Amino acid sequence: MAEQIAGRAAPLTDPVRHYLDIAGLWVRAAWVYPASFLMLIVGSMVISGLDFVGLWIMFSTIDTLGGFGLAEIALLYGASGIGIGVADTLIGSVERIGVYVRTGRLDQMLTKPVPLLVQVCADQFTLRRLGRITQASVVFAWAAAYVDWTPSRVAVAVLMAISSTVIFFGLFVGFSCIQFWTTDSAEFANAFTYGGNTITQYPMTIFPRELTVSLTFVLPIAFVNWYPCLYLLGRDDPFGLPGWLQFCSPVAAAVTLGAALLAWRTGVRHYTSTGS
Amino acid sequence: MIYLAVATRTFRRYSTYRGATLAGAFTNSVFGVIYSFAYLALWEQRPDAGGYDAVDAVTFVWLGQALLMTVALWGGGTTDDLAERIRTGDIAVDLYRPVNLVGWYLAGDLGRAAYHLATRGLAPTLVGLALFDIAMPDSLANALAFALSIPLAVTVSFALRFLTSCTAFWLLDASGPRVLSGTLAIFFSGLMLPLVLFPGWLGELAHALPWAAMVQVPNDLWLGQGRSPLGALAFQAGWAAVLLGCCAVTLQAATRKVVVQGG
Repeated sequence: MAEQIAGRAAPLTDPVRHYLDIAGLWVRAAWVYPASFLMLIVGSMVISGLDFVGLWIMFSTIDTLGGFGLAEIALLYGASGIGIGVADTLIGSVERIGVYVRTGRLDQMLTKPVPLLVQVCADQFTLRRLGRITQASVVFAWAAAYVDWTPSRVAVAVLMAISSTVIFFGLFVGFSCIQFWTTDSAEFANAFTYGGNTITQYPMTIFPRELTVSLTFVLPIAFVNWYPCLYLLGRDDPFGLPGWLQFCSPVAAAVTLGAALLAWRTGVRHYTSTGS
Repeated sequence: MIYLAVATRTFRRYSTYRGATLAGAFTNSVFGVIYSFAYLALWEQRPDAGGYDAVDAVTFVWLGQALLMTVALWGGGTTDDLAERIRTGDIAVDLYRPVNLVGWYLAGDLGRAAYHLATRGLAPTLVGLALFDIAMPDSLANALAFALSIPLAVTVSFALRFLTSCTAFWLLDASGPRVLSGTLAIFFSGLMLPLVLFPGWLGELAHALPWAAMVQVPNDLWLGQGRSPLGALAFQAGWAAVLLGCCAVTLQAATRKVVVQGG
């Protein structure tokens, strides 16, 4: 299949079209076994459903967590879930980079006239995260009904959706690059990608101030949803941090993406074939 | 004894992936920290939720992270090898061996579990001890019961994973059932949220299902909560026996199919 892709994609120049080409092939390939494909989608819905039941059970025993009500936490939960869901669908395959290095598939990919990152991210593209994205969107939509919408809040919400996806994109790519050096440490990145998703499902007020400050200025995970949601909810920063941070998610996303692409370049340059 | 030899060799096989072990222990610790703060916030609102106090709740988190890989809640372990060997047809070689197939894979999985307990169980526990208030077992009897409950928890988990992998005999690819089985395990074992918080009939159901034997029961033995130590161990042993019986029956049915297909 890889040969076929290269042959078809050669005249194209746009990386996005390359990406869609490869991803489309994987979707068609999945359709060869429609029963299995549908089972995976339905399974993904069930998984997301159970995740929500867990949240519901937690809030059946309490009214507020860290000073935030259920609707406010649902807003955080939905925003973070959409961000990681879209990012994971688009580029989650990058987690397998260590396997490509180990098996020598990376050598094959380097010979193809398509950017390496595009090939790696589109490889084994799957729609199994659709369930997760749908569920997060439903939770977000429910929570959005409690937000007092103004044009500027709509703008911040749209920017939040884009920025959170880009931040998770950066975390996936950036921390997967470690596998260029140690091929069997794929799980390390999970602490930051899925860990980042888990931590942003809760209001930062349940964590110590030092952790929130680190997640703002060192690893900008708090910009995924915390700062923009404070603006949507019309709340002052509980830690007394400056209010303009609530508009800085796009900046944080750009910085994360830049750092991740730099890590990727360094990793690819460091790469020497296993020779097998 | 052959099963002991299988177990020690699987232990050694897993111990070669040092980078993966270190990365995994780090990830377990990060999740332990996140859930600890979440539970502390929850128990601050309801200091006696589920009959636990805040220290019990945080202890529950770290015990859960220690058991996550040991019990292989998400799947993995020797049952993944089994699924792959069914898919490729190598299972035919396994069936020629003059040993019990379920016993062979169980021995290997217990060896793997021992390695994961010593590394990915111990390392996050030390992190938890350094960062948070952790409860210790009240008595020697509780500690002993906890120690005995771990191999039983692994056995129950193994049997469910074995059955999941056996679906490959019919479906050829067990990845769908594997994801589903892992999700049910995370939810009903208590790892996602202690089962003591589950309301009404859902709580009763969750406590009776085999997944409770994987995390909730060992954790309660450590904390001195819930069932009596003997009752808890009997609950685990009962499910282990029933499920291993199911494994044997399923394998028998599947073997007939393999012979018909000629591999």
